[in-house]
Amino acid sequence: MLLGENITLAITSLKSNKMRALLTMLGIIIGIAAVIAIFTVGNSLTISIEESLQSMGSNDVYVVVSERSQEHDYSQKIDGAEYPVSDSDAEMTDSDYITSEMIREMYERFDDDIYAINISHSAGRGTAEYRDVSGRVSLVGTTVGYFITSPIDIVAGTMLSQQDYNGQRMSCLVQEDFAEDMFGEVSDAVGKVIDVELEDSNVSLTIVGVYKSASASGMSGMSMLSLGGSTVYLPLQTAMAITHSKDQFSTIRVSAAVGVDTEQLSKNIKSFYEPYYRNNTDFEVTVMTLESMIAMLTSMLDTITLAISIVAGIALLVGGIGVMNIMLVSVTERTREIGTRKALGAKNSSIRAQFIVEAIIICLIGGIIGLILGITAGVLLSNYMGYPAMPSISGIIISLAFSMGIGLFFGYFPANKAAQMNPIDALRYE
Amino acid sequence: MASIIKLENIVKKFYIGEPNELEILHGVSLEVKEGEFLSIVGPSGSGKSTLMNLIGVLDRPTSGSYYLDGIDVEQAHDNDLSDIRSQKIGFVFQTYNLIPKTNALRNVELPMLYAGVPKAERRRRAQELLELVEMSDRANHLPEELSGGQKQRVAIARAMANNPAIILADEPTGALDTKTGRLVMDLFHKLNEEQHKTIVLITHSPELAEETDRIISIRDGNIVSEVVKRDVDSKRKATVEGQVL
Repeated sequence: MLLGENITLAITSLKSNKMRALLTMLGIIIGIAAVIAIFTVGNSLTISIEESLQSMGSNDVYVVVSERSQEHDYSQKIDGAEYPVSDSDAEMTDSDYITSEMIREMYERFDDDIYAINISHSAGRGTAEYRDVSGRVSLVGTTVGYFITSPIDIVAGTMLSQQDYNGQRMSCLVQEDFAEDMFGEVSDAVGKVIDVELEDSNVSLTIVGVYKSASASGMSGMSMLSLGGSTVYLPLQTAMAITHSKDQFSTIRVSAAVGVDTEQLSKNIKSFYEPYYRNNTDFEVTVMTLESMIAMLTSMLDTITLAISIVAGIALLVGGIGVMNIMLVSVTERTREIGTRKALGAKNSSIRAQFIVEAIIICLIGGIIGLILGITAGVLLSNYMGYPAMPSISGIIISLAFSMGIGLFFGYFPANKAAQMNPIDALRYE
Repeated sequence: MASIIKLENIVKKFYIGEPNELEILHGVSLEVKEGEFLSIVGPSGSGKSTLMNLIGVLDRPTSGSYYLDGIDVEQAHDNDLSDIRSQKIGFVFQTYNLIPKTNALRNVELPMLYAGVPKAERRRRAQELLELVEMSDRANHLPEELSGGQKQRVAIARAMANNPAIILADEPTGALDTKTGRLVMDLFHKLNEEQHKTIVLITHSPELAEETDRIISIRDGNIVSEVVKRDVDSKRKATVEGQVL
């Protein structure tokens, strides 16, 4: 029978029972909306995480002190990378940290392979004052390597010099916006001394340079430390001295030299630290590359997406059963009509097609409504979380095809029941 | 004149092999000639509806043979029976059985839809048929907006859609008042006389049966009497001559 006629028939039938059709669709709407929303958010999240990780540089290797996995059940192997699952039971003690001595030795051992070592240390947040003007700042101590891997543009003055680093000088770099706010002209900032009032100490820092705002460090992980104030960079040792920190580190970023295999380097670094941590029962050193981090995050996201999709799939299944139920009611209600159609020359296949098309139409309309709701919810959620919304095209196509599939699958049984009806019994049905 | 319907020794049983096995027709033989207006009368439960269903190939006999327009129904598959119903038979029911929520025009189009008639042709013919039953002005009305007589006229137009050889009418005036019933009967006479349709009418009413060419009385699953009112061959001849003149 003609498809167009069946579609018209189905729509006529749905129109005559709007409330019922809507309630029937609801299961499909919710299921599809959930799937689409999840895929949109998941997609956006994956893309932004990948983008932000990419901005860190693909040559980087992260050396992290992490809790030792006791029986391998705290750690999962994903694409060859181990990632630790933190357990709050063990606290890090002084002997668990990486010392600057170790870092120096590592640098010497892999001199040819390492381009830069990048460590930062937050010296806290506070208020900077110059005469009567003040502004919120966040002090971040860094190594020379930090600026190699996350370059910044100096717009006035100079970079922190080797003397600044070695001599633990109270020198700093300030942001362009900050300099303008405090001193009016960017160039006026250079050479000025600002007094920074921290939580438990006061320090005076000499501005040696001004860096351009919205620099490449914008997306770097360390910029998180600057939340709530303009980032002021100072030498690492200076920052550590301000906070009276011991010579210990838990995270180091190593940039590999050009042409060096980061996977190989990460293995080498891991074996370098092995002797130091051999007798440490609680902690070990984990080395991750950007690729393994992306793989790990993507795989985590995929797992979450899969889990929620299963729930959404169950919603769709329930929705499908709802469609089947209402189609059975519809077939029973229209028994006489089916008998009449058969008397008028309808073949079993025509009757079957009529009801299958009706079920598919219910599911498809539900699917489209769900799609619109899902994309809307996904975009709103993505924007709310601050990621660019990325509705997944394949997700849209799959979910529409899936909703039609549900219609076909759950519509077949009721439609077949209608098709198999004995015309006489159907005509006599009261 | 050839027999368009030829039933031989038809037996119909229900619940075969079960304790409550029921034989409704005990070997009925009947021939209906092309262009004949036949009425079947009998009390409720006599088996006339069962006979009607068999003639309309909605059901198959338990034994006996049935030739419809030369086709051996026994040999036909279910899909073939659908085709026979589509092409050869027009049904008119006591309860009209118009498809709800579907306007008169589309109801009339329906048999043509199943017969695969193209849309434009379907529409044209449906309008023509509604004109024939004087229902053109109600073409876009839904069945629930029509009176009983109007519904039955639409149903007759629908029965005529694929220009079938036979019209099977099961108590077509049963739910109508005398006056409207009269109009419906006039329509059947018109179709029989002008378009030479073979009409098999099932009725309770002796007066209506009197109007037809032949009356078959059925009781307890057997044909008990047959009254010929008019000879079909001569009637046909008269009509043809009438047209010549």
